[in-house]
Amino acid sequence: MTQSVVVQVGQCGNQIGCCFWDLALREHAAVNQKGIYDEAISSFFRNVDTRVVGDGGNISKGKICSLKARAVLIDMEEGVVNEILQGPLRDVFDSKQLITDISGSGNNWAVGHKVFGRLYQEQILEKLRKSAEHCDCLQCFFIIHSMGGGTGSGLGTFLLKVLEDEFPEVYRFVTSVYPSGEDDVITSPYNSILAMKELNEHADCVLPIDNQSLFDIISKIDLMVNSGKLGTTIKPKSLVTSSAGALKKQHQKPFDAMNNIVANLLLNLTSSARFEGSLNMDLNEISMNLVPFPQLHYLVSSLTPLYTLADVNIPTRRLDQMFSDAFSKDHQLIRADPKHSLYLACALMVRGNVQVSDLRRNIERLKPSLQFISWNQEGWKTSLCSVPPVGHSHSLLALANNTCVKPTFMELRERFMRLYKKKAHLHHYLQIEGMEESCFMEAVSSLSALIEEYNQLDATRSMPVEDLPRLSVAV
Amino acid sequence: MSIVTVQLGQCGNQIGFEVFDALYSDSHCPQGLCSKRENEVYQASCKERFFSEEENGVPIARAVLVDMEPKVINQTLSKAAQSGRWKYGQHSCFCQKQGSGNNWAYGYSVHGPRHEESIMNLIQNEVEKCDCLSGFFIIMSMAGGTGSGLGAFITQNLQDHYSNSLKMNQIIWPYGTGEVIVQNYNSILTLSHLYRSSDALLVHENDAVHKICAKLMNIKQISFSDINQVLAHQLGSVFQPTYSMEGSYHYRRNPLGELMENLVPHPEFKMLGIRNIPQMSENSLAYSTFTWAGLLKHLRQMLISNSKMEEGIDWQVRPPLSGLPTLGKVSLNRELHFNTSIANLVILRGKDVHSADLGGFKDPALYTSWLAPVNAFNVWKTQRAFSKYEKSAALVSNSQFLLKPLDTIVGKAWNMFASKAYIHQYTKFGIEEEDFLDSFTLLEQVVASYCNL
Repeated sequence: MTQSVVVQVGQCGNQIGCCFWDLALREHAAVNQKGIYDEAISSFFRNVDTRVVGDGGNISKGKICSLKARAVLIDMEEGVVNEILQGPLRDVFDSKQLITDISGSGNNWAVGHKVFGRLYQEQILEKLRKSAEHCDCLQCFFIIHSMGGGTGSGLGTFLLKVLEDEFPEVYRFVTSVYPSGEDDVITSPYNSILAMKELNEHADCVLPIDNQSLFDIISKIDLMVNSGKLGTTIKPKSLVTSSAGALKKQHQKPFDAMNNIVANLLLNLTSSARFEGSLNMDLNEISMNLVPFPQLHYLVSSLTPLYTLADVNIPTRRLDQMFSDAFSKDHQLIRADPKHSLYLACALMVRGNVQVSDLRRNIERLKPSLQFISWNQEGWKTSLCSVPPVGHSHSLLALANNTCVKPTFMELRERFMRLYKKKAHLHHYLQIEGMEESCFMEAVSSLSALIEEYNQLDATRSMPVEDLPRLSVAV
Repeated sequence: MSIVTVQLGQCGNQIGFEVFDALYSDSHCPQGLCSKRENEVYQASCKERFFSEEENGVPIARAVLVDMEPKVINQTLSKAAQSGRWKYGQHSCFCQKQGSGNNWAYGYSVHGPRHEESIMNLIQNEVEKCDCLSGFFIIMSMAGGTGSGLGAFITQNLQDHYSNSLKMNQIIWPYGTGEVIVQNYNSILTLSHLYRSSDALLVHENDAVHKICAKLMNIKQISFSDINQVLAHQLGSVFQPTYSMEGSYHYRRNPLGELMENLVPHPEFKMLGIRNIPQMSENSLAYSTFTWAGLLKHLRQMLISNSKMEEGIDWQVRPPLSGLPTLGKVSLNRELHFNTSIANLVILRGKDVHSADLGGFKDPALYTSWLAPVNAFNVWKTQRAFSKYEKSAALVSNSQFLLKPLDTIVGKAWNMFASKAYIHQYTKFGIEEEDFLDSFTLLEQVVASYCNL
């Protein structure tokens, strides 16, 4: 069994990370009734004897003593991290695994990447090495950050290069929150484009998320909950937006509900690697199956169900509905239209009491309405994990490598160009040592090259699907 | 003579468990429909072949379990131990922490050399427990990374180290629609390598077994466990003990060797398929009676029309009239109606087995011209019924059964290869484009050979 380390950078990254650890604890508590530290828990948590001073306290087997998250928390201002350390999760984090500063990055990618990157490189390396040492077999780094700000965007992507150099064999999965159109940070297009170049070059897999989609999902749930329709009482704890500690439906903090959705995404992504099932899917299989060309590693995710109705009457129809929902725009974590674009590959990660025949039936049913690229007509990767998420009897996470991300990137480039043409706010960046106009140009051309690759694949849509002539052999 | 089984990857281990369970259950089945003494000889023969003795009497499967990550092996070991009837050896498994990521190149080029010594040592230990080794079963899937890549590597090693023993690879042919996106690449790499180092490839198709579960066994929500059990039943119906000669009541000592001798006369033709009849749920079994004539008629038609189960058989397909020259190159685009065989082996188990008439299988029209039916067709029998079926028949065939599936997989892999998609994942670990081309060339050759039968 392998371990993963979560690196949460910036305000957004840390807030999402916090929700993730909350839910992870809840999930393991529900599955692991006996309190024995097993391999599933060890994928995200260390078992530590807190009485031992220093590093010697790791316990590899036996009863759970004190769980410590395999996490590194980075933020260039103290507010968010301090709040975490004073909140209910304070004991889960190792105080030695933090890197904080006071002044923040001022929503400036260059400050995050160049200034703080240089300043904290040694410390970052040290903390990462430490967390790797605590792992028996480290498989993956999960980086959580936002693209629009300064720390998450700048320092978060600086990290990627460090990880690639220091741990070349460990996968880098990045959960990136992209700025919506009505973002209140004016320089978010600059920050995003500069960060995209790093994601293109140093990430193994990126799961783009945008706030607008998360918000839409919440609105949909609220509508459902408050509609007062007959038979719509929701099972407790089954809301994908509910956190472990939430007793009431009202959330204390504004982004909590949205962050919980992303936290659920990460839990479901790793479920088949942590828990048993009849068709397991490890994290390295995600990269292997969903990334046909190294640059094209952006995966659109969608999560179902969003809630479970208390009325448990029609199992099979509910199951099939779950599959249909996964391909509906309402359940995606980024605004995009995969159904009307070209699929390069698609993965279905199922949890709960679902068998291979259910899977096959639904794939057969949904296939005709989806367009797959000519050389990957049956491009489905599936996994079955027996352990359902808390509050549900089954769930489905669909990851699609689809050309529908192209419009998102084009829009981003559009917003960037509007600012850049007027040289608005550019001086904030150029005054940082190491930043020149060429950095911006390189970033844009990197993005343009990516968009062009997607264009070329899209162009094959209109061509008829023909079998290529095979090798002819003399018999 | 004993057979040592190597179970590789998630698929191999899950199936391996069901196989040993089926073999054990059948050999201890009270409804053997034969004398007590005969039943004991049958049990002893099965035991010697597949199990070794333990002090407290619990038989230990002659198996080595290999997987690159621990979850499945742990599950398999505990399931076997919990049954209380048989178990796996305590030190018979090899496990690592991180899987092969569905990457054939990783399984073959990284895991293979890295763990070669440990795995071969485990196999050696198991071999030493046998009084007389007949050969190896290697159970593996083609779609994943460990079963396929590491499986190919281990088979090559077995060829080098145990050149006198036979190797039969039990290959699981993946579903047509995706279990794994790169399954076609993994499959062609596996098949081409196994073709060079294995003695026979016994192919089990997921799609076919799935249909059997749906249509014949009437299972509503089919799980992999159901599929694996049907597969195990098929395998058991071939390799459980049978009489060594017509009229004899001694059991055959070396089924693996004789099967290879009968069915693989030429190294270019190594792909074998299994069909068996009848196949139904236990509930239906209580209400059914069979005659050998009926069973064999269906089985023959299943062979000729390339049907995978006893439902939906195309009775229109007839063998070509004898006396006419055999057809030359048959274009694959035209529906291959008639399935030409190189060699067939029919195994009959149950009541009145000696009265069964197998004339239909000896018709020269069924076979290619270069092997006379007396050599091409063989039959094994035992009066002892198999797994609650009063009468049952199995057919192992070296024929054009697998031509279409093979051609399909090669075609899909070729299309994907032309776009160079995913190739970077393989070249990262030392499998270059040339290796792919070599595989394609070899398999196109196999396709052409089978096509021209």
